[in-house]
Amino acid sequence: MNPDLTRATAAELADALAQGTVSSVEVTQAHLDRIAAVDGQVHSYLHVDGEGALAAARAVDERRAAGESLGVLAGVPIAVKDVMTTKGLPTTCGSRILEGWIPPYDATVVRHLREAGMPILGKTNMDEFAMGSSTEHSAYGPSRNPWDLDRIPGGSGGGSSSVLASFQAPLATGTDTGGSIRQPAAVTATVGTKPTYGGVSRYGLVALASSLDQAGPCGRTVLDTALLHAVMGGHDPLDSTSIDAPVPAVVEAARRADVKGLKIGIVKELGGEGYQPGVRARFEESVQLLVDLGAEVVEVSCPNFDYALAAYYLILPSEASSNLAKFDAMRYGLRVAPEGVDAPSAEQVMAATRDAGFGPEVKRRIILGTYALSSGYYDAYYGSAQKVRALIAQDFARAFEQVDVLVSPTAPTTAFKLGDKLDDPMAMYLNDIATIPANLAGVPGMSLPSGLADEDGLPAGIQILAPAMQDERLYTVGAALEGALIDRWGGHLLDRVPELTATSEPKGA
Amino acid sequence: MSTSITTEAVMDYDEAMARFDPVMGLEVHVELHTNTKMFCGCPTTFGAEPNTQVCPVCLGLPGALPVVNEKAVESAIRIGLALHCEIAEWCRFARKNYFYPDMPKNFQTSQYDEPIAFNGYLDVELEDGSTYRVEIERAHMEEDTGKSLHIGGSTGRIHGADYSLVDYNRAGIPLIEIVTKPMVGAGERAPEVAKAYVSALRDLLRALDVSDVKMEQGSMRCDANVSLRPKVGGDPLSAEQLAVPLGTRTETKNVNSLRSVERAVRYEISRHAAILAAGGSILQETRHWHEDTGVTTSGREKSDAEDYRYFPEPDLVPVAPSRELVESLRGTLPEPPGLRRRRLQGEWGYSDLEMRDVLNAGAVELIEQTVAAGASPAAAKKWWLGEPSRRANAQAQDLVTYAAEIGLTPAHVAELDGLVTSGRLNDSMARQVLDGVLAGEGTPTAVADARGLELVQDDGALEAAVDKVIEANPDVAAKIRDGKVAAAGALIGQVMKEMKGQADAGKARSLILDKLQ
Ligand SMILES: [Zn+2]
Repeated sequence: MNPDLTRATAAELADALAQGTVSSVEVTQAHLDRIAAVDGQVHSYLHVDGEGALAAARAVDERRAAGESLGVLAGVPIAVKDVMTTKGLPTTCGSRILEGWIPPYDATVVRHLREAGMPILGKTNMDEFAMGSSTEHSAYGPSRNPWDLDRIPGGSGGGSSSVLASFQAPLATGTDTGGSIRQPAAVTATVGTKPTYGGVSRYGLVALASSLDQAGPCGRTVLDTALLHAVMGGHDPLDSTSIDAPVPAVVEAARRADVKGLKIGIVKELGGEGYQPGVRARFEESVQLLVDLGAEVVEVSCPNFDYALAAYYLILPSEASSNLAKFDAMRYGLRVAPEGVDAPSAEQVMAATRDAGFGPEVKRRIILGTYALSSGYYDAYYGSAQKVRALIAQDFARAFEQVDVLVSPTAPTTAFKLGDKLDDPMAMYLNDIATIPANLAGVPGMSLPSGLADEDGLPAGIQILAPAMQDERLYTVGAALEGALIDRWGGHLLDRVPELTATSEPKGA
Repeated sequence: MSTSITTEAVMDYDEAMARFDPVMGLEVHVELHTNTKMFCGCPTTFGAEPNTQVCPVCLGLPGALPVVNEKAVESAIRIGLALHCEIAEWCRFARKNYFYPDMPKNFQTSQYDEPIAFNGYLDVELEDGSTYRVEIERAHMEEDTGKSLHIGGSTGRIHGADYSLVDYNRAGIPLIEIVTKPMVGAGERAPEVAKAYVSALRDLLRALDVSDVKMEQGSMRCDANVSLRPKVGGDPLSAEQLAVPLGTRTETKNVNSLRSVERAVRYEISRHAAILAAGGSILQETRHWHEDTGVTTSGREKSDAEDYRYFPEPDLVPVAPSRELVESLRGTLPEPPGLRRRRLQGEWGYSDLEMRDVLNAGAVELIEQTVAAGASPAAAKKWWLGEPSRRANAQAQDLVTYAAEIGLTPAHVAELDGLVTSGRLNDSMARQVLDGVLAGEGTPTAVADARGLELVQDDGALEAAVDKVIEANPDVAAKIRDGKVAAAGALIGQVMKEMKGQADAGKARSLILDKLQ
């Protein structure tokens, strides 16, 4: 294991903790020190809870010393995306409207983490209410890509991806509505999984689009990600859409790492034109490696994927417009009095607060969704989008009759520069073109690093998609490919990430 | 700022009925008395301290998710079945989106185009014994809102209030909304039909044991839609009349007693008639009913274009009750109130008129329980429809509520009757005992004991009193000897007075007659 505890994988830390060669307090403190040294430059965290993390670490060390049998990840610290409610810790979703709100309850996922004995280091940055692909829509300023601090770390989960790529936590949680776990993983050379819809409880996740949202694990290796997946997942009676079945055997699958005899499909519609040459080159190399490992690769067509983006941008804003209605200043969060109004009415306070508390992208989507659901437009927009959604699910079903898993590049490009797409929402939306179909159909998907693009030296990702409830296939394929790639690179890709110097000045936003 | 309530012109009801044909639609909201709320585990106790029966779900906190209360779904299905509805094989909840401070999520989780129950009817018995069939459009599940309390200002409404308080205890309580199809053909009896429907529905829901159905507490609430169309000929059910298009309707809210249902419908008919007769047109709007003044006032304007942006609730999975469940719930339905009434009337030997009095007094269940406790049906009716009914009416309460509050039970009434039939009390003593029970002095036996009420069983004392009275009234005695038996009444009264009321009047009468014939 790397003597620098922040460079170790979660699996290595778990082993060392189990063997007693290191304590959770030491591991947690090492990460808190790292955060203090580098987060001024990366801005991954919205809130750091050193005291709480160390208290949890001490508690788990004591339990271990007392001989209690603990979970695999007990003592391994983690960063939590700020979209998940944490009892006693601020939860803002990257929005001004929730500034200062301290939830009175834990999300089910967070409860799982605490019960597993994982100290929570803090809450990670995100695009406001998870709307975006860059974290530039966070009300608290963007996070930065450790590969190039002038570039985006992906979004909405750019806080969690940059935390991992800058070694400020060995693991992080994410949520993925259209790619918010996978695209940030791709642009930072980390790993992230969007599980099958219903595989991880949504209770306590501040909803963006209920029928698309799915929480999942983020790590630096496929095995680490699987270990976290096993902790986060499972049936939750508090979430009606939660799957009542055991968590798929993802850890075993990651350890098996075997693609011999598997049939892998390349999705014709997710590649080619519009995809950066370096991204395509790394993708094709990865596919060749899978063939070398014994997989059979064929091309499959999912013709309705061409309509996925359009359908997604009707369904998501529609649900979001309703989900975000609760932020009205009446019970919690920001409250703003309208200017120049004596004794304002409740409606006036609601309007003024929502005007001041929501950023432009959130307002854009609320307006879109409100329009799409309006009587007279419902059938043409929301209704049609639901039909497209059914067709996309059908495309997946047909594809999975032919192959075991599907693969594509995760995102069409490597990380773009901060500010590059801020004024062009459509260009920003196109970043999720390859990840959105999985959310619409509810199937699981994973992104892992495929290498660095020749033209800019920045990370690219490969996406693996599996049938619903077959999440373990992602891990066996992902781990096999990861092993072959690391052999080829002679080490983990993140070994090449530029060193952040503790002394360098924080970049201005 | 105070809202002035202007009195609007109304047309005499009979004149209105001579010119117009009324059409109604009633929407009744019923709070189910499940132990927990519709989508969370919070209790539903009425009258708890504000905001003590709440959790992240029913407060709509960020991240919280709903879970359907299976018991509420079963109640909804039972209501649907009792209303002869079809039960959906598959249906969804939908979000009804609008902003209001007492609605925590700013959408109400309801049902839209996929109600759990639809296409039913309820046969309603009218005062003259005829039956009106109310067609049921749908019964659907939803959650209640919180309750706003507007402080300051003169009207208790949000306009003009200094501030408002919100109690979310009620937010998320399961509601069933029962919507009728347009009720046509009632003619001048429309107000009576409206009241009879709500009353029959209340009886049905009570028999189903799904709700407290207390209109005064808001666990049953009625919105009355009324419209008028020109009258054609004399028969409200003629094909010609039914072919006339419906007029513009108003929706009167806040109608919270059976009497108000009748009065509010009647008022709106008269108000519409005055406007239409003057050449005006009806504004489609919500109206508020004022119990005290007996008028409606304009609420917010409402049009069909009001856009709630309904869409299927993505946080809940569809409700798909198996046919086995539906059939097993059908097996739990109580005897329909109408059939039950006819059966009880037969068993009790009441005339139609007597049964109607009992129904109007809301005393069926009380009498049934009193008879079960051992009283005769005639005595049970006599006692319940006497003083208790009079007092309940005087307090504008229904008899069941009044009796429950005062602590008068069917067992008490049966006990009282037993004291009479056993010969311990006579009728007037029994009335005194009942007064004592109503005054909270205890059970009938305890009251009789405490007040020293007991018929004198010593025939010697009674005979002495009879002799004394005969001696003192020779004229009356002579009349009785001549065969004018009715004159005995005057002597009985004096005997009872001698006995200070503690004698059996029947026994006194037979003694007097024995001595004088
Ligand atoms: Zn609750």
